[in-house]
Amino acid sequence: MNTLFEFTKGMKPDSTSYCPGCTHGIAHRLIMEALCERGDLGRAIGVAPIGCSIVSHNYMNVDMCESTHGRAPAIASGIKRVHPGNIVFTYQGDGDLASIGTGEIIHAAHRGEHITTFFINNAIYGMTGGQMAPTTFIGQKTTTTAEGRTEKANGKPLRMSEMIATVGGAAYVERVALNSPSGVRKAKKAVLRALDVQDRKEGFSFVEFLSTCPTNWGLDPVASIEWVNTDMIPYYPLGNFKGMEG
Amino acid sequence: MDDRRLMKGNEAFAEAAIVSGCRYYFGYPITPQNELTEYMSRELPGAGGSFVQAESELAAVSMAYGAAAAGGRVLISSSSPGIALMQEGLSFLCSVDIPLVVLNVSRGGPGVGGIQPGQADYFQATRGGGNGDYHIIVYAPASIQESIDLMGKAYDVAEHYRNPVMLLVDGMLGQMMEPVSMPSRDAYALPEDVSAMKPWAITGHDNRRERNVVKSLRLKPDELEEAVEKRGAKYAAAEQELASYEAVDIESAEVVFVAFGSTSRIVKDAIGLLRADGVRAGMIRPISLWPFPERAFEQVPASAKAVISVELSMGQLIQDVRLAVNGRFPVELIHRTGGMLLTPEEVAARTMDILEVK
Amino acid sequence: MTKKFVRIDEAKCKGCNLCVSVCPKDKLISGKDTLNKAGYYAVTANDENICIGCLNCALMCPDGAISLYEE
Repeated sequence: MNTLFEFTKGMKPDSTSYCPGCTHGIAHRLIMEALCERGDLGRAIGVAPIGCSIVSHNYMNVDMCESTHGRAPAIASGIKRVHPGNIVFTYQGDGDLASIGTGEIIHAAHRGEHITTFFINNAIYGMTGGQMAPTTFIGQKTTTTAEGRTEKANGKPLRMSEMIATVGGAAYVERVALNSPSGVRKAKKAVLRALDVQDRKEGFSFVEFLSTCPTNWGLDPVASIEWVNTDMIPYYPLGNFKGMEG
Repeated sequence: MDDRRLMKGNEAFAEAAIVSGCRYYFGYPITPQNELTEYMSRELPGAGGSFVQAESELAAVSMAYGAAAAGGRVLISSSSPGIALMQEGLSFLCSVDIPLVVLNVSRGGPGVGGIQPGQADYFQATRGGGNGDYHIIVYAPASIQESIDLMGKAYDVAEHYRNPVMLLVDGMLGQMMEPVSMPSRDAYALPEDVSAMKPWAITGHDNRRERNVVKSLRLKPDELEEAVEKRGAKYAAAEQELASYEAVDIESAEVVFVAFGSTSRIVKDAIGLLRADGVRAGMIRPISLWPFPERAFEQVPASAKAVISVELSMGQLIQDVRLAVNGRFPVELIHRTGGMLLTPEEVAARTMDILEVK
Repeated sequence: MTKKFVRIDEAKCKGCNLCVSVCPKDKLISGKDTLNKAGYYAVTANDENICIGCLNCALMCPDGAISLYEE
């Protein structure tokens, strides 16, 4: 009997605490598959954010620490100073990275830290119960924008990949979507490239995953994937923003 | 051979950290401690270490957490408003039992305040400016030499208790120059295997052990209570083992001053002035502010007419003095604040006023 | 001729149906009408010889509940 696909040893076998259909589970798996394939599980050190995925360290089979809200890139910078030969990554949601942690993410990129950030953009705060994030869409209803986000009151959604790509120290920036099997395959390639960029000490690497939050979007998981296609991708275009030239 | 040399406080603190094995420093400019940050930027790379100028104090304390959780010996420094920003990290570091040494070269407050010396961060240091049940161990050296000596001790204590330790000095000590004996950089041998010394450190599990996870979150209240109680036992041990002070002429004193840091040196001169006027004065100088050396107050003789807290703040130290005195003696306050300093003459004159009323 | 088949760890399945939505074969994976231990309507894979081994289901599973084999 040949194995065509098995759950990666990079993940603990336990069930996650994430809601049904939440694509955190796919992103976790891809990162751990990539570390496994590279033989990096033993030298990887991860930083978990504040938000739903603070518990990612329950599932990812690598040394990890929790962070204060938004500070993961600074924490990872400190870890990397002590262990420059290790693979150091942060895993952050959009409230953590694009709101309270904008200073830390921009300056980790600015210093060209040899770390990798995996950014989960699902356009909402998950753990706290569905409040508006900087990435929330105009018109999107959240618990703090009950009538929908308006540009007048809240500004336009932040495009983090585009912003980070403008920073000198960023060596690789790519946005992918966990919206289909081919999207997942592309996301895996981006994860591998980002880790490669870190290993070659080329600078800061960043992968943004367009992700779903069925619970707080009020959609079932399959309809959530469709919303990524119809609403998210037109505003958050997929592709490479830096580091694939030539 | 006399190896004494003249050093500025801020530079001596930095070198003292390096000779104590510190190889990682994360800082953000703020007066009056900038010479320390600048010294580290020059010296650490050559010492096999790493210096990062952070984008904020929040980032600096976060980088320090990362480096310390990874097993490094780390120093961060700032001054009062910057230390206020670092409270998020200090509370968190306590919650994950990670050692760190923090230096506060304090200035007048509140808010932005001024840049002249102050001691108004006493509450911030000893009560904790962050959230939750925790303590920072705090030492208050009175000279540059004592700062050097306490720096080495701070690292040992931080790693033994797995808790942040703060050296609280003021801008006066940071900016003055004094002759000091500085140990050699070879005095501390860096560990070859951090994991052996700190088995909890996140170093990468190398496929040889279970993964290490440094975690603060405990959603189940019984688990959080257990963790906090366990830390409480650690703090109870620290209170027994770490309280330290210097006693100056208190056996037959009719007035006993309590003062820490640079202010204690002004008080020593005031004691001389009072003695010349026939007043027997002594001093308790807390070296550890947390834990507070309460037992020192058992030595205050029954003949004492007053215990006087002398401080560069509106009356913060005096609260611990009152708790330690516990009603046995009248407790009085002599203070200046906002960056203004006391003179020995002013302390002596105000003491005479207090004694006259008694 | 090799036979490809899907194995679903029903205890880990949360019934999100993302696998069903991307499977090119009708009726290969379908929902059950009983709850698993965690309280979800897990999916199950039938044993008919229709799986083409495209991995779509496994790639989209957020819960590591799917593996594929051939024999």
